[in-house]
Amino acid sequence: MSAESVTTTGERRVLPVTDLSLVVLVGATGSGKSSFARRHFKPTEVVSSDFCRGLVADDENDQSASGDAFDVLHYIVGKRLAAGRLTVVDATNVQREARRRLVALAREHDVLPIAIVLDLPEAVCRERNALRPDRSGMPPHVIPRHRRELHRGLKGLEREGFRKVHVLRSPDEVDAAEVVRERRYNDLRHLTGPFDIIGDVHGCRSELETLLGRLGYVDGAHPEGRTAVFVGDLVDRGPDSPGVLRRVMGMVAAGTALCVPGNHENKLGRWLKGRKVRETHGLAETIEQLGREPEEFRTEVREFIDGLVSHYVLDGGRLVVCHAGLPEKYHGRTSGRVRSHALYGDTTGETDAFGLPVRYPWAEDYRGRAAVVYGHTPVPVTSWLNNTLCLDTGAVFGGRMTALRWPEREIVDVPAERVWYAPARPAASEAPGGHQGRPLDLADVRGRRTVETRHLGNVAVREENAAAALEVMSRFAVDPRLLAYLPPTMAPGPTARAEGFLEHPAEAFAQYRADGVGRVVCEEKHMGSRAVALVCRDAAAARERFGVDGPTGALHTRTGRPFFDGPEVTEEVLGRLRAAIGAAGLWEELETDWLLLDGELMPWSLKSMGLLRAQYAAVGAASGAVLPQAVRALETAAARGVEGLGGLLAAQRERAADAGAFTEAYRRYCWPTDGLDGVRFAPFQLLAARGASLAGVPHDRQLTWLDRLVAHDPTGLLRETRRIVVDTGDGASVRAGTDWWLELTAAGGEGMVVKPLAALVEDGSGRPVQPGVKVRGREYLRIVYGPEYTRPENLERLRQRALGHKRSLALREYALGLEALARLADGEPLWRVHEAVFAVLALESEPVDPRL
Amino acid sequence: MLILDRVFLTISTTGIPERPATDLGFLLHKHPEKAQAFSTSYGTAHVFYPEAGPERCTAALLLEVDPVALVRRGKGKGRGGAPDAALAQYVNDRPYAASSLLAVALAQVFKTALHGVCRALPERAARPLPLRIEVPALPARGGSELVRELFGPLGWTTVEAEPVALDAEFPAWGDSRYVRLVLEGDGLRLADALNQLYVLLPVLDDAKHYWVAPDEVDKLLRAGDGWLAAHPRRELITTRYLARRRSLAREAAERLELVRLAEADGLDVGDVDNAVDEASDTEERPVPLAVLRREAILAALRASGAARVLDLGCGQGQLVQELLKDVRFTEIVGVDVSARALSVAARRLRLDRMGERQAARVTLTQGSLAYTDKRLAGYDAAVLSEVIEHLDLPRLSALEYAVFGAARPRTVVVTTPNVEYNVRWESLPAGHVRHGDHRFEWTRAEFRAWAEGVAGRFGYGVEFAPVGEDDPEVGPPTQLALFTRTAPSGPGEAHPHDRTHASTHANENKHEHTHEKEGART
Repeated sequence: MSAESVTTTGERRVLPVTDLSLVVLVGATGSGKSSFARRHFKPTEVVSSDFCRGLVADDENDQSASGDAFDVLHYIVGKRLAAGRLTVVDATNVQREARRRLVALAREHDVLPIAIVLDLPEAVCRERNALRPDRSGMPPHVIPRHRRELHRGLKGLEREGFRKVHVLRSPDEVDAAEVVRERRYNDLRHLTGPFDIIGDVHGCRSELETLLGRLGYVDGAHPEGRTAVFVGDLVDRGPDSPGVLRRVMGMVAAGTALCVPGNHENKLGRWLKGRKVRETHGLAETIEQLGREPEEFRTEVREFIDGLVSHYVLDGGRLVVCHAGLPEKYHGRTSGRVRSHALYGDTTGETDAFGLPVRYPWAEDYRGRAAVVYGHTPVPVTSWLNNTLCLDTGAVFGGRMTALRWPEREIVDVPAERVWYAPARPAASEAPGGHQGRPLDLADVRGRRTVETRHLGNVAVREENAAAALEVMSRFAVDPRLLAYLPPTMAPGPTARAEGFLEHPAEAFAQYRADGVGRVVCEEKHMGSRAVALVCRDAAAARERFGVDGPTGALHTRTGRPFFDGPEVTEEVLGRLRAAIGAAGLWEELETDWLLLDGELMPWSLKSMGLLRAQYAAVGAASGAVLPQAVRALETAAARGVEGLGGLLAAQRERAADAGAFTEAYRRYCWPTDGLDGVRFAPFQLLAARGASLAGVPHDRQLTWLDRLVAHDPTGLLRETRRIVVDTGDGASVRAGTDWWLELTAAGGEGMVVKPLAALVEDGSGRPVQPGVKVRGREYLRIVYGPEYTRPENLERLRQRALGHKRSLALREYALGLEALARLADGEPLWRVHEAVFAVLALESEPVDPRL
Repeated sequence: MLILDRVFLTISTTGIPERPATDLGFLLHKHPEKAQAFSTSYGTAHVFYPEAGPERCTAALLLEVDPVALVRRGKGKGRGGAPDAALAQYVNDRPYAASSLLAVALAQVFKTALHGVCRALPERAARPLPLRIEVPALPARGGSELVRELFGPLGWTTVEAEPVALDAEFPAWGDSRYVRLVLEGDGLRLADALNQLYVLLPVLDDAKHYWVAPDEVDKLLRAGDGWLAAHPRRELITTRYLARRRSLAREAAERLELVRLAEADGLDVGDVDNAVDEASDTEERPVPLAVLRREAILAALRASGAARVLDLGCGQGQLVQELLKDVRFTEIVGVDVSARALSVAARRLRLDRMGERQAARVTLTQGSLAYTDKRLAGYDAAVLSEVIEHLDLPRLSALEYAVFGAARPRTVVVTTPNVEYNVRWESLPAGHVRHGDHRFEWTRAEFRAWAEGVAGRFGYGVEFAPVGEDDPEVGPPTQLALFTRTAPSGPGEAHPHDRTHASTHANENKHEHTHEKEGART
C-alpha cells in the first residue's frame, strides 16, 4: 500500500476505510480535523481529545488535563472497538508516541488502524484558529511545531502499523475527499449458502472426490448451487496434494467453493516463496509431488495460498469457518493474532507431559451465537460442543473425511481408503477416558457451574454441592467411564386431602390432567434400592465403547457406588441380564451391543443396612423395649387405684400398636440373602443403547421390552413391574387406578409411581412435566414419617409440607439425566457425559426435606 | 423419621415397717397415690407409682417428647419456604437425643431430690437406701461394656446392661445401640443415684445434646460432686459430657451435603463421611508409625532438593505442618478430596492466625486425583502418603495419569501399608485390613510391580525404602517408593496433532533447557 493511496473519481477523491477500523486523524491544530470528521462520520463515531479534556477539566483547551483526557479517550475508544464499532480519533496525533498508543489499542481489539492526515499549510491553520475565540490566544509557535512533528513522522506511518494512510495536502483536496467504507475480506455475511463445509483433506484426493460425490457435486459444481467451504490443510502427508489443490483452486476460481488456509498451506506457501522451512509433517511428500508439476502450477498455488483469508463470517453472521477454531471476539476481526489463532489455535503456554505445548481448549469456553466449524485437530468422532464443531476426523491417518451440510447441520462422511500416513501418535490419549477425547479434568466439575441442557436450559450447580459430589464421586463411585447416568430424584404427588391419607392417587391423576397429560401409567413401586445397570454384550464391546479393560458393565446405586463389593457378584448379575437380553432378542432389535437399564434392586436390607440400623430398626428396637414395659407399669398402677392414668394408658397402648405397625412396615422389605440368592432386580426403563437415548420411548413400549426380559430370565433374578394405565380424564379409569393402588398397598406394597405414558412430555411453555410422581402407601409412610403419623393432629401438621423445591429439583435432575443420555447417545466425549452425571449427584446434596 | 419419643425409667426401693418403702414418695417429692404430669421444655413428663407398699415402692418416669417442639427449636430458614429440613431432621429427628432429654426432665421433675433435700425426712435423704433403677432402653455408645465401666465404680451391687436386639426377626442384624440397664444396690443415697444418671445418661448417648446451656461445666461439677473426681473414666465422662458442643453443631452443618448423599443411598452418614480419622494406625508403638512415615517422607523430599511440594491427600494436614517447619519448602500445597478434612487441617495449622509470610507458603485446596488438575502442574515434588490404598483398584489408573502423566512433578513419594506385616499387629484380626476404608493392601512384591509399571509407563525411575522396623521375615509396616522423573516426555501419550508453527519448536527447545537446568539442580 502506498503512502499516497489516491483514487480519483472525477473531481472527488475516494478514501477507502475498512468498515471496522480505528481511524486516526493526524494534523496540526487548526487543520480542520473536527470539521472533516463531522462531514464524513457519524457524531457518535468520533471521539475528540478536546471533548475529553472538557469532560475531565471543564475546559477543552486546558493542556494540563491532557493526560487524564487521553486516558478517557483511550477508554472510550477501547469500549467501542471491543463492541465492533468503527471509531475515529479526533486529536492532533502529530507525535509518534500518541499514535503508538492508538495503534496498540487497535491491535488489542484486532482491528485495522487507518491514518487520515490533514497536512495543510501553516497560514490556513493560523487563519482558522484566529476565527475561534477560545484559541485566539494560542502561542504562535504551536502550529509550526505541530507541522514539524507531523512531517517528521509522515513517511513512517505504515511502519508504525497503519494499514491505510490517506494524506490530504490542501483545502481543495480536503473538500474533494470522500470516505468510502469497505467490507472486510472475511465478511461474507451476505453469502447464505447453502454450504458444504469439508474437513482436513491432506492430499487424500480420492476420498475428497468420493465425498464431493456423496455431497452431490458433479465435476466441482453442485447442481443446486451449493457452495463448498474448505477448512484448510488441503496438502501434506497424503498421496496427491497437487490433485487436491487443482480441484479446490478450480472450484474457488469458479465460485463454487470458498477456502480458508490451514497451517499446512501456510508453511507450503512460505516454501514456495523460497523461505527456509523444515520439511517435516508431510511437507516433503508435497514438495516431491509438486516437483512433478509444471512451474506455472506452482506459481498458481503460491498465488492461491497468498490470497487466502484466514477465516470467513458467513450466512448473516450465523456461521464462522476457519482452520483451527476462533473465539467470538476474533470473529470478523483482522490482526496478526487473529490469523495465528485461525491457523494454529491457541496454546496455554504450558507444555504437556511430552514437552509439547498444551492446547488451550477454546471451544469449552465458547459461548458465541455463531457456529464455528473448523478442523486442525484430529478427533475420533465429530460432536458439537458449545456450538462449535471440529471436522477433522483424520482421513489421512485412516479415519474418515467429514463434511457438514449447512444450514441442515447434517454430517456426511466417507471412510479413508487406507492409512495414508502413519500417525506419529494415536489420535487420542491413552489416559483413562482419553480415547473419547481427553481424560476428565477437575475443571469439568469443580466449583460453581452451569450445565446446558436441551430440555431445561441452563442448570446451575452450587459450589458446596459440587464439593460434596466431588468427594463421593472420587471416593466411592464406579469408574466414571461406566457411569453414564444417575437417576433423578422423584417428587411425591400433591399432598392428599382424603381423611387418613398424606398421599393418594387422586391428586397425582388430577395434577397430570391439569398438565394436559391424558394417559398415565401407574407402575408398582418396588421397595428396594435404586440400581442402574450398564450391560455390554461382552468385554470387547465394553472396551470399544467405554474404554475399560475387564468389566463388562457396571451395577451402581443412585450415587454411583458399586452395588456389590466384589466384581464377581456384579459380573454374575450382568451375566444374567446379558443372557436375558440376548434371549429376548434385544441386541438385534435395538441394534446395539450395550444397554443401560434403570431399576430397583431388592431387598432393601441388602444395601441400606446402615440406615436401617441407625434409624428404622433402632426406633423399632427402642419402642419394643420401652412401650410394653411402660404399658405394664401403667396397668399395674391403674389396677391398684391410682387415678388419672386412663388417658395416658390408652395413649401408650395405641402407640405400642403404632410401633408394631412401624416395625412390620419396614420388615416387609427385608429378607435374608446369600450371594445372589434372594436378590431381585426389577428393571423399569431401558435408558440408552448404541446411538440412541431411549428415555423418550413411551412407557408401554418400554414395559413390553422389559416383560420380554423378565420372561427370558430363567434364574429368577428379574422381577416384573406390575402396572395399570389410567386415563386421567375418565372418572371410571381414575377410580380403577385408585383401587389398584389401595389393593397394592393393602398387600404391603410401597406404593406406585405415576408417569405420563408418553414418557417425555412438555407443558404449554415447552418445559418438561414431572417425569413421574410417587404415591406411597399409607403403611409404608410410617417408615418415613414415624409410627404415629396417621394421627389426625400429626397428619394436619404434615400436610403443611412444601413440595415446590422437591419438584423443581426432580425436574432439574431429570433434565440433567436426559442430557447425559443424549450426550452418551451422540457419542460425545466422556467429560461431556460426566459433566451432566456429576451435576445430578451434586444436586442430590441440595437441602430438601428428606422425607419427600 | 420422628424421634424416639418415649423415654422411660423406674426407681424402686424396698422397706421395712420402720422405714417403709413408700418414703420414696417423700424423697422424690411426688405422692405415690397420684399420677402427675409436668410440662418440660421438650414435652410432658409423667410420674406415677406402679407399686407403693411398705415393702416395695416403684416410681416411674415416662417422658413423652413432643417432636414438633423439638423441630421448632432446630428450625431454620430453608429454601422454598420449607424449614431447613435436613438440619432439623439431622440434629433432632434421631433417636439418640432421648437421653439428654431424660436428663433434663430428671433435673426438672426431681429437682429437690437431685439436690438431696427432703424437708419431711432429712435423715432418710442423707442416708443410703436400697435402690433398683431400670431404664429399658438406654442409648449407649460403647455398649454394655462401657455402661458397666461407668456405673461399676459408683457403689452399685449389680450393674446389669443387656443389649437390645435390633430386630428379633433378623438375628443376623445383631444388637441395637440400646441396652436395658438395671442398677441395684443399697450403698447409695437417692440424690447420688439421680446425679449419676443426670451426668451419665447423656455421656452414654455421647454428646448429642445440642441445646446445652453455657453453664454446663458448673452443672457437671455440681452433679459430679463426690464421685466424678475419683472415677477411673473421668476423662471420658467430662469430654463426652462437654463434647465439643459448639463445634459439633458446626460440623453437623458442614457435612449436610454429604448426609444427603449418604441417605440417598440408604447409608448412614458415617459410611460416607469417614475421611477424617485420627487413629489410622492399628497400634501405638514407642515411636508411632505415622511419625516415622513423616520423617521418611521429609528425608526423601530434602534429598530431592524439592522446594515446591504437593501433599496429595493431605488429610488433616500433619505432613503439611511438618513441611512448614522447614523453610527450604517454599510452597506447600495440601490437597484433599474431603472438605471436612481440609477444614480440620486449617484449624490444626491455625491458618487464620498464621503470619503472612508463613501463610503465603501454604495452600489447602479441595481436589481429586480421579481427575487431571491443571493447578497441580509444575511442582518439584508430590507426596502420596497412605493414599493409593483408599482407591478402588479399577480407579487407580486415573490417579496414575493425574499425578505421573499430567501433574508430572520431578519427584513423587508414595507410601502404603505392607500387608505382609499385618501378622505382626497383635490387635488386628487375621485377614483384616488396617483401616475400614482401605480398598486393598499390598505385599512388597505387589507394590514393587505396580510402582515399576507406573515408572516405566510415565518415564520415571523408582527406588524403594522401608519405613519402620524392617522385619526380616515380613518386611516393614510401611513401604515407600521414591519416583524420579527421567524423561521430559514419555511414551504412550498422544498429542492431538503435529504442529508446524515455528513457535512450537521454540517451546520444545525451551522445555529441554528447563529440564537440563532442573537436572543440574538435583
